[in-house]
Amino acid sequence: MSDDQLSRVFAALADPTRRDMVARLAVGDATVGELAAPYDMSIQAVSKHVKVLADAGLVTQRRDAQRRPCHLEAEVLDLMTKWIDRYRQQAQERYERLDAVLAELQDDATPNSQPTRQRGAAS
Amino acid sequence: MTTTHPRYQVTIEADAKVPIIRMTRDFDATPAQLMRAHTDPDLFARWVGPNGMETRIVDWDATTGGRWRYVAARDGEEYGFHGSFHEVGERRIVQTFTFDGMPDDVALETLWFEDLGDGRTRLHAQSLVDSFEGRDQWLASGMEVGVEEGYAKLDALLAELP
Repeated sequence: MSDDQLSRVFAALADPTRRDMVARLAVGDATVGELAAPYDMSIQAVSKHVKVLADAGLVTQRRDAQRRPCHLEAEVLDLMTKWIDRYRQQAQERYERLDAVLAELQDDATPNSQPTRQRGAAS
Repeated sequence: MTTTHPRYQVTIEADAKVPIIRMTRDFDATPAQLMRAHTDPDLFARWVGPNGMETRIVDWDATTGGRWRYVAARDGEEYGFHGSFHEVGERRIVQTFTFDGMPDDVALETLWFEDLGDGRTRLHAQSLVDSFEGRDQWLASGMEVGVEEGYAKLDALLAELP
């Protein structure tokens, strides 16, 4: 996935209505009309949301006679998940290093296994 | 009291209304110890990462109105970061953050340490970036910029998927 497309996917998913649509499409294909049903908005507004999702590659619309159901391209989400995991993993690794540093400070602070309070914390 | 030493997990969430990323993580430490680990340059350099990168502190004055600069190096490639310490309080740090490769972009970072008792502290970290576009570009660029943000909106979405 190019950086450009990744940006479009992020932008597409920045909207709560579109995230909701994606969650519903994960269960099964749906027409724009079916997608619109639970929302208090026009079919046109829902179509615009679908177009943003389609431009990001998240959703395709098959020409199935009159229905044109929207279909979720789940593999795009898989790529996103892997990518997010990478960032989460980095944060996790970073803070595990911090755990180790803090464990040393813990030892320093309790030379006689007698907890010493940091001065000034409660004043 | 015995603790089972749970592997504390990072939580990450992105605000839908403003380009803010929030992160929390619990530690077996006091707020004062966490403060030390964030303000003592030798301690900070040991954990800031990312993994596999050597951090060299170039400039460091962790006081209100002070400044910082460090370089992360790996395989001969160097990435510089700098900013100002706007406020260094007892349990709170407010600072700016700029990646040298994107000198026009600046994030405002607020860290605070919540005492949970029992020797545990929750780190709260919040980053406000210039724009959603900036945040997305930043994320999409794949640069390891030191602020490990994810996309909680996406996480929430993925959690709903069967």
